[in-house]
Amino acid sequence: MQVEESKEFKPTIVAFCCNWCSYAGADLAGSSRISYPADVKIVRVPCSCRVNPLFILRAFERGADGVILCGCHPGDCHYSTGNYYARRRMTMLFSMLDYMGIERERTRVEWVSAAEGAKFAATMKDFIETVTKLGENRKLRDLRCKE
Amino acid sequence: MQKIGVFVCWCGSNIAATVDVKAVAESAYDIPGVVYATNYQYMCSENGQSLIKNAVKEYGLTGIVVASCSPRMHEATFRKTAQAAGLNPYMVEIANIREQCSWVHKDMDTATAKAKVLLRTAVSKLTLDQPLTAGTSPVTKRALVIGGGIAGIQTALDIADAGYKVDIVEKKPTIGGKMAQLDKTFPTLDCAACILTPKMVDVSANENINIYSYSEVESVSGFVGNFDVKIRRKARYVKEDLCTGCGSCMAKCPSKKALNEFNMGLNTRTAIYIPFAQAIPNVAVIDPQSCIKLKTGKCGLCQKICEAKAIDYEQKDEIIEEKYGAIVAATGYNPIKLDKFGELGYDLYPDVITSLEYERLMNAAGPTKGHVLRPSDGKEPKRIIFVQCVGSRGQSCRDKSYCSKICCMYTAKHAMMTKDHYPDTDVKVFYIDVRTPGKNFDEFYRRAVEEYGVEYIKGQVGKIYEEDGQLKVQGSDLLANKQLTLDADLVVLAVAIEPDETARKVATMLTASMDTNDFFTEAHAKLRPVESPTAGVFLSGVCQGPKDVPETVSQASAAAAKVIGLLSKDELTGNPCVAHADPLLCNGCSQCANVCPYGAITYVEEEVRGVGVREVRRFARVNEAVCQGCGACTVTCPSGAMDLKGFTNRQIMAEVDAICK
Amino acid sequence: MQRIIDKIQELFANDTVDRVLGWKTGEFSWERTPHVFTKEGGLDGFVYDDFCGANLSKYLIDESAKKDAGKVLVLLKPCDTYSYNQLIKEHRVKPENIYVLAIPCRGKVNVDAVKAAVGTTVLAVEETEGDDLKVKTFRGEKIVNRNDVLFEKCQVCQKTHQVYDEIIEAEPYERPKKDRFAEVEALEALSPEERYEFWRTQLSKCIRCNACRNVCPACNCRTCVFDNAKSGVATKANTDDFEENMFHIIRAFHVAGRCTDCGECSRVCPQNIPLHLLNRKYIKDMNTYYGEYQAGEDAETRGPLTNFTKEDVEPSIVYGKGGK
Repeated sequence: MQVEESKEFKPTIVAFCCNWCSYAGADLAGSSRISYPADVKIVRVPCSCRVNPLFILRAFERGADGVILCGCHPGDCHYSTGNYYARRRMTMLFSMLDYMGIERERTRVEWVSAAEGAKFAATMKDFIETVTKLGENRKLRDLRCKE
Repeated sequence: MQKIGVFVCWCGSNIAATVDVKAVAESAYDIPGVVYATNYQYMCSENGQSLIKNAVKEYGLTGIVVASCSPRMHEATFRKTAQAAGLNPYMVEIANIREQCSWVHKDMDTATAKAKVLLRTAVSKLTLDQPLTAGTSPVTKRALVIGGGIAGIQTALDIADAGYKVDIVEKKPTIGGKMAQLDKTFPTLDCAACILTPKMVDVSANENINIYSYSEVESVSGFVGNFDVKIRRKARYVKEDLCTGCGSCMAKCPSKKALNEFNMGLNTRTAIYIPFAQAIPNVAVIDPQSCIKLKTGKCGLCQKICEAKAIDYEQKDEIIEEKYGAIVAATGYNPIKLDKFGELGYDLYPDVITSLEYERLMNAAGPTKGHVLRPSDGKEPKRIIFVQCVGSRGQSCRDKSYCSKICCMYTAKHAMMTKDHYPDTDVKVFYIDVRTPGKNFDEFYRRAVEEYGVEYIKGQVGKIYEEDGQLKVQGSDLLANKQLTLDADLVVLAVAIEPDETARKVATMLTASMDTNDFFTEAHAKLRPVESPTAGVFLSGVCQGPKDVPETVSQASAAAAKVIGLLSKDELTGNPCVAHADPLLCNGCSQCANVCPYGAITYVEEEVRGVGVREVRRFARVNEAVCQGCGACTVTCPSGAMDLKGFTNRQIMAEVDAICK
Repeated sequence: MQRIIDKIQELFANDTVDRVLGWKTGEFSWERTPHVFTKEGGLDGFVYDDFCGANLSKYLIDESAKKDAGKVLVLLKPCDTYSYNQLIKEHRVKPENIYVLAIPCRGKVNVDAVKAAVGTTVLAVEETEGDDLKVKTFRGEKIVNRNDVLFEKCQVCQKTHQVYDEIIEAEPYERPKKDRFAEVEALEALSPEERYEFWRTQLSKCIRCNACRNVCPACNCRTCVFDNAKSGVATKANTDDFEENMFHIIRAFHVAGRCTDCGECSRVCPQNIPLHLLNRKYIKDMNTYYGEYQAGEDAETRGPLTNFTKEDVEPSIVYGKGGK
């Protein structure tokens, strides 16, 4: 049986993780040896509220196929209110991307606590699968190149 | 241009078994700015660190990237290494190739490829790193302890003994908390009052301690070392400085029907009262709900009788403001309410009581002078059934999921003491598990069973009801595998404990985090158990999780040690990764201040100078000692004037670019 | 117009103000340019009519900041007062140097629409007492009903004066009945592919002239992030198309919660891109998720994006939404 490995699409996925909960959750997934695909790379930020929509657009524009933002659960923010602002901002950004016809599934916000290593791994696995199914993200890069 | 050194750690086989560390190190030479790259077995070891230090000197490195375990693990270590080598400690970035790579990926090629990307990303960020210097702020050498139970008392005493000023804020009219209500303490059966009340006296006698009883924290602002706290001193209608605690007002007060909280409502007290004989401060308080004078304007007997002229019906709540360097939460607990446990008949039958009520019944200073008399008819019960785990360790929404920890031991204590005082009493205990991990705890429990003949039944109680005037307890005996219906004269419920209802309000004011059960979260469950994640806020006693007295006292002292450590510093070094507004770019629009959780942003009107600019403008200024570096402001700022040091817009975008390359 | 001129003269005479921010006639009969008239210079060329579409509030940032210049009188239409309020809220204007004269408006005429209506080159347009516009063309004079050729922003306008020092009361007129969010809803109802196609077509027309940004009263940054080489966003080199591609999304986000829906962006776009549909989408979403909010209704309350409730919807609501 031939395996067509070379043709397999490997998405590029950026995960913004807040330092206190989600990044620690990712570390816990590691120390618990819960494996997930390698397509996701984490950018550590102090808080989900540090994530500017600009960064997410930047990622898409530079070739990311999916972007996920992880922060402390609402109510548990290390800075007490950061994720509430992040929640509104991301709702607005995602809504706008959807409005422009960009696939909704390419963006996600997930609250992952420092204790949820398994959830972190499962979330990444699921998100990577979803994005892999969608395939390469060209839409945002091509948004303004219509002749 | 930066000269960057890259150090790839094997972490023994933790990384090297899944990531080709040599290939990762070699790949670094393809990244602009990298002038040196190597790999080593344990980069965090003494040798590993020397390797870094030597390379910094030899190659004139301006910054280093360590590809190793999580920055949460060793970022601080490598920052110190860099500093020792003469670099700014913030010219260090960590590529997390262990927790987020070698430990979660199994295939060598995949993991190595990812490690290379993570390294590239860290180098990209480092390229834009700027040397950072932490600011400093002074420390107010005074501590605030919220809660005056045994936890707060011990913490305050220890801090005061080290020579620092401490204020205790206690919402009740007296300090002492739950321990003051206990009769004896397990496993030694010391009389609680005999060991607690001298400590209470110590508190009141200690020059460094100031008690704000009948007071609550109103608001907290500021930050570690510099908290500004407003405290509401509730009107007690008695001048604290004049009252001598003689008690003649209580003797004359005509309103005698208020439930006595100290005795768990098992008897009544007067409207003006001192909660108990050894109360500290030993000062009366008027309960405005029961006082005839305050309700109707008539009466005023206590004022007439008071020789000290201490009664003041016009007294109002008073707000005082004080500065503190550290705050300790010691807000304690309460037994849960039983309104959702209708099947246990607590609200229906007077002879179904809680353990804390039983504690008062056994207490010589209690409503029955220490004779165990059942509430319904004042007769001595001959058959007492104890029910454990009421509301603890449950799955349903009315239950607490946790073990309340103290119930097994105090139930054994109650059972044993009952048998001690009334040997012919039949004492049975329903339990799920008996948990006795503690010094002399299991011996204590075994004494109850073996020496005193307390009958332990493994099983839960399903129903308590009355039939022909007889209390019946229906439960299961799991070991005998049968249903039991037992007659009882008195049923004592070992009710779950929960954090005090004010805890969440306090936590919100302190911006300290809590878990879903409203217990305060510790900064680290194992390594920093007496600190809150919020700097300068410490945890003492049950507010952090269920504990018995000795454990509470040890934690209280531990919290005090942390406070003393903080107060002994003259100034604190802050986190240099704080927000900064560029005055030239700032519009002064005030949006960032709206989202700042710490009130760290103020606006100034000052002259701004730049290329072609010299004018007075309104712009944002960040108080670096107050800013905690969350970055909420940076996203609110449309012009990009507000940026976060150590996590700048350009740095994050460089990381994104490196990942997506 | 005469009532306005009389009022200005009166305020000049009693030294309340010493200059006026208004509109001046231009080369074409319909051309109206924002202009500062001074007491000394007089009101030559001053005009206020159906063609004065421009929102003057943004000019107040510079005008009110002038040192020792006395008060400036500004003429604000109902919609402009929202922008003005928002500028006060953001401390971008100095109200103490401003005298607001609220002026009536029954919708402004879009000359492009007039041109389209007559189907030929327009030489001049003249307003009349009633709803008729006299349009001079090479093929003679034509009559167009003004209500058919209003700017889109005027077709949906329900705004009233929010803030002023003095008001010149309007003659009552019938408010338009067009639903402000109808266009957004129509877009939302399309499939993602259709939406993408729509926006790709529209945004590909953009020539990045920055007119939308320059006219927008909310886009008032001293230095736009896209003009700041240090921001890492602005890169004029062709190798980096991030800015080019994302400009409109980022702009919409930056003004979200601050945009008063004054419609200037679409009015000035030389490529006729319906830019207001981006801002209005945000307004609609914020109204739906966070409660009705009209930026510029007051100068105190927080905008939806600098506020929150603990019960806010999760971003995943976007997945669960209707549409195809």
